[in-house]
Amino acid sequence: MDVVARILSLALKELLALLRDTKSRLILIGPPILQLFVFGYGATFDLNRVPIAVYNEDRSAPARELVARVVGSANFRLIREIGHDGEIAPLIENRRVLAVLHLGPHFSQQLLHGEPAPVQLLIDGRNSNTALILLGYVREITTAFGADWRSARGEAPPPAVLKVHALYNQDLRSQWFIVPGIIGVLTLVVTTIVTALSVARERELGTFDQLLVTPMTPAEILLGKALPSVLIGLVEGGFILLATLFWFEVPLRGELGALLLGMLLFVFSAVGIGLMISSLATTQQQGILGAFLFLVPAVILSGFATPIQNMPEAVQHLTLINPLRWFLVVARGVLLEGDGYASLANAYWPMALIALISSLVAAWMFRHRMA
Amino acid sequence: MSDAHPSAGTGQPDTVSSIAARRMRLLGLISKEILQIKRDPSSLAIAFVLPIVLLLLFGYGVSLDARNLGIAFVVEQPDADTASLLGAFRQSRLFEPREYQDIQTAERAFAARDVFAIVWLRSDFARRLRGQGDAPIGVIVNGVDANQARIGTGYIQGVWRNWLAGWLRERGIDGSPPAVLEPRIWFNAAVRSRDFLVPGLIAILMTLIGALLTSMVVAREWERGTMEALLVTPIRIPELMLGKLAPYFALGMGSMLLCVGVGVGLFDIPLRGSVLVLLATSALFMLVALGMGLLISIIAKNQYVAGQMAIITTFLPAFILSGFIFAIGSMPAPIQWISHVVPARYFVAILQTLFLAGDVWRIILFNSAALLLMMVLLLGRARGAFKKRLD
Repeated sequence: MDVVARILSLALKELLALLRDTKSRLILIGPPILQLFVFGYGATFDLNRVPIAVYNEDRSAPARELVARVVGSANFRLIREIGHDGEIAPLIENRRVLAVLHLGPHFSQQLLHGEPAPVQLLIDGRNSNTALILLGYVREITTAFGADWRSARGEAPPPAVLKVHALYNQDLRSQWFIVPGIIGVLTLVVTTIVTALSVARERELGTFDQLLVTPMTPAEILLGKALPSVLIGLVEGGFILLATLFWFEVPLRGELGALLLGMLLFVFSAVGIGLMISSLATTQQQGILGAFLFLVPAVILSGFATPIQNMPEAVQHLTLINPLRWFLVVARGVLLEGDGYASLANAYWPMALIALISSLVAAWMFRHRMA
Repeated sequence: MSDAHPSAGTGQPDTVSSIAARRMRLLGLISKEILQIKRDPSSLAIAFVLPIVLLLLFGYGVSLDARNLGIAFVVEQPDADTASLLGAFRQSRLFEPREYQDIQTAERAFAARDVFAIVWLRSDFARRLRGQGDAPIGVIVNGVDANQARIGTGYIQGVWRNWLAGWLRERGIDGSPPAVLEPRIWFNAAVRSRDFLVPGLIAILMTLIGALLTSMVVAREWERGTMEALLVTPIRIPELMLGKLAPYFALGMGSMLLCVGVGVGLFDIPLRGSVLVLLATSALFMLVALGMGLLISIIAKNQYVAGQMAIITTFLPAFILSGFIFAIGSMPAPIQWISHVVPARYFVAILQTLFLAGDVWRIILFNSAALLLMMVLLLGRARGAFKKRLD
């Protein structure tokens, strides 16, 4: 009974310390909300109204038709029609346009004679991903143009055609992919920093020694430090989840409970790692550095923006100890793919294990350092 | 410092002795700062270990090019045509096709995320292929990662197009499509995503090093009161700022060179622009990052808030809003405006151009001007804040 009261009062003191002055309060609340909205809209792989230029040397109807189809797509925005070759390079080099569509003077003639009519597309490859996506869009348009051209002239369709259908995210909106990831990223960042600095700050200010002379055991101190962080992590994560569902309107197709369980385990593991960093750091600078050395790779190697299966084998193994990686599986699985408890067991236990091991290491380090 | 007159800080005309004194003060401050770096090696770790570890992880680990895509290949009635299509997928190193007899087992593998896509040839495929044409090849892709889905679908279409062209050629049919797209991708013909990610990554790392390092170091001095102690000495505020920044500027530039060396030497990223421009723009950017760090430390007053502010204002904005990975041009207009206050945005544009395209002056000058403006604003603001804290 005594123990519980002691832990709770330490936890309460910690929470008050975190929320006491305006600056600390603001930093816990303001930036995550702001970032959620800025990143939720900004982090997109879709191409929306990207600037392109057209160099059409053939003024005939079919050429105009093809140009109209490209320019009319919501993905592109025509900013310049050019009249000669020399204008292409400066436009692309200076990043005024992402691509130039070029139809030669004989485009429609070749088309009418049944010769393959070339459609040249010059793309700025500095961002190779955007280049590939842009190429995909234009390819789709030219393929459809070709098929329509054939059927209008009564020619036979190609022997086989692709019928592509995307499951779980039919319109391929990258927001549905990124926003569930942001739940994890922001929760991880806030929780880890708060925890990593909690002990380091007291150590540096000397108040930690005072804690040590109280009747509390190291494990109790650790628990008292962990509780407020868990609370903050859950409130933060819960809020972002609400915004995901009701503001960004990402569907919830699976069991909400399965997602909440995942979030709880995820916050536990983030707090565990934060405590581990805290137990190693003697100054706040080291605490921040430690949090950093963990956070940056954790975000980058989580599958948040770039797929894990593209990484080399060794790096893929490394991602197994990254709690964010597992939380992203849970969040995207429940929200988009309709997963429930059973199918996510494989993502739950690694997070539980990470939480357990990191807190044990932290507890051991505390006892060791105090002796 | 004993020979300096106490009123030197109020700006009376310089005498020879006060210039010498000033130099001495500055050198003294710098050497104190260097001693401090030596004593707490965590700053050296931020400057040299962090970038190398991250650059290696990134360079090897981060790629947007779809690879090893698992495909469930469902053939309801195998024959020579379906075998040749399967062969076409096998030949492409991008895919790992697995054969399934029926769609139900394939769907189970798809739901378990064992495969990224299903390619489904129904029992009437061969008949329609050789008959009326328009034989459907069903493709179901996992759309959760929209970007990968799009790129993966593009690759599947590529395999299909080549296979179809070959199939028609064998039969002597002219099946070439009426309009043929001929893409030419400039600056990165092989479309290696690493070539554009690594230069951007260097910009992110420099933001982190510059801002994080200075904000923590200077915030600590505020917290401990040693900054106030410095301010009551005859040292002037610009001198103080210079003394604080110089060692970290050197650290940051050293780490920049290291990163460029790794990028070019290990990852074979081309460096098509001139090294001189690279150095000049990096130095400019370093000053902006240091200015950010300095300002954060003054606003925050303590390390705890400074550390959080530094992480929040540097890493994620530089990661998401700089054009490093997500194209700025595709963001909604208000977000594009916000991205203008992210210094990394300008440096990413400069680096991607310097590495992949060369010295494109318009881009270099425009973005450098933006960085210069930011530097003046940040350092000026920091100087003003110093003065205010003095009152």
